[in-house]
Amino acid sequence: MRFMLLIHHDEAALAAANQKELWADYGAFNEALSKAGPGNSAGERLQPSSAATTVRQQNGKADVLDGPYADTKEQFAGYFFVEAPDIDGAIAWAKRCPSSRFGSIEIRPIVEQQGNWK
Amino acid sequence: MTHASEAARAAERVARDSYGRLVAFLAARTRDVAGAEDALGEAFAAALRTWPLDGVPDNPDAWLLTVARRRQTDMARRQRTRQAGEGQLTLMADELEAAALDAGDIPDRRLALMFACAHPAIDKGMRAPLILQTILGLTAEEIASAFLIPPATMSQRLVRAKTRIRDAGIPFAVPEREELSERLQSVLDAIYAAYAKGWNEIGEAGVPEIADEALWLGKLVVSLLPAEPEAKGMLALMLYAEARRRARRDDSGAYVPLEEQNVSLWDDSQISRAERLLHEANASGPSGRYQLEAAIQSAHVARRTTGAPTWPAVVELYDHLLELTGSPVVRLNRAVAVAEVEGAAAALAAIAPLENDRRMRDYQPYWAARAHLLARLGRRGEAREAFTVAVGLTSDEAVRSYLNARRAALTEA
Repeated sequence: MRFMLLIHHDEAALAAANQKELWADYGAFNEALSKAGPGNSAGERLQPSSAATTVRQQNGKADVLDGPYADTKEQFAGYFFVEAPDIDGAIAWAKRCPSSRFGSIEIRPIVEQQGNWK
Repeated sequence: MTHASEAARAAERVARDSYGRLVAFLAARTRDVAGAEDALGEAFAAALRTWPLDGVPDNPDAWLLTVARRRQTDMARRQRTRQAGEGQLTLMADELEAAALDAGDIPDRRLALMFACAHPAIDKGMRAPLILQTILGLTAEEIASAFLIPPATMSQRLVRAKTRIRDAGIPFAVPEREELSERLQSVLDAIYAAYAKGWNEIGEAGVPEIADEALWLGKLVVSLLPAEPEAKGMLALMLYAEARRRARRDDSGAYVPLEEQNVSLWDDSQISRAERLLHEANASGPSGRYQLEAAIQSAHVARRTTGAPTWPAVVELYDHLLELTGSPVVRLNRAVAVAEVEGAAAALAAIAPLENDRRMRDYQPYWAARAHLLARLGRRGEAREAFTVAVGLTSDEAVRSYLNARRAALTEA
């Protein structure tokens, strides 16, 4: 199974952390992740939610809003992919990810193959 | 129990045993619990209907499989027009066919299914209901009545949980060594929760059967994981409680606390089984929560049957348990034991930290224990108040009348 792991940061907690240590840990994590299997990928880190813009179409009119989709304490901050036989493999990677110390990581199985969008 | 109903119960037992093994076998392969239940549901219902009357067939698994296969064929025929799910059903029919070839030797995957049902990614409150349904074939109605949830709600939640098992990628596997004890804990907790439902709500009609089923699941886990001390500890704990079932009520149905129970009503064979299991558990590993709780029950049994002064040992066991769990319930139970060693004043001081614990506000045993301690200290006004709250929080009729009697005795004294 393929899983997408969505990182949600408490941006204040993240900012308060020792940055050098944190990003060194992240480097090691990404290295281990991609070495562990060809189905894994390190994904990407996003700019903080202060840089977010949200677009929504209503009645044929597009609203462009300054800010993130939802104004919550923990904000979407990045993602990575894991290939694992089951959710236990994905949980293990979520626990290893340095971001789990500064927020939460949501695990979502990816719809396989004949993706049913209907 | 009459001879006939005992035989009927035995037949039902075999049917549930066989059904659970077949569901687990199918579900572990296809990850589709609901599909596995569908494939076997009608055959199982037929078994529950006929076996208690006609006797158990020589090969129960093969019987169920034959009936299930016949139904699969019918369904496939009727389903020609309906595309959805047909592939799945055909696949299941093939699986059953393959399994039937060497029926009697179907690999027992029930443990894997239990680990899936009690996976940390499953809502805690649904783990016990899931195990009761998938392993034992209990209906949503039967489970709902034990868990005091409307049947339609229970049914919906069970369906959702099974979909989740399939879609979230929850494994059907016994965890690796390093994870086993932690994950086993949630399986044991689910089974014990089912037992406690049956045990606490002794007044509710139909609920004791859930306790029986939980006991049976406990035995199953011990037989499938014979090296795990905590599984034995939990089974022992359930057996100690079970042994006292008849003594918990007097002839008029009134609640009888442990210290006043007639020990000749205790079931000696269940107690000696519990003692044996606890002994084995203690010999084979470090003490977990269930072993400690079983040891406490063992100490109670020794005190009541031989008069041995075991209260200090009980306090000590609770100390370990408190260290392990940090649970307010354990702190409360420890205080009750402290009252027997150092007196009610010391016990009341020991539960002082619980006074501001929100979890205790609607926890009936807290108010009952508090009331008893205050009554022993002659603080009648406060005791009456605490008894009143305890009565208000009780759902069991027998316990309610017991508490009311104690409150009335305060006024008379």
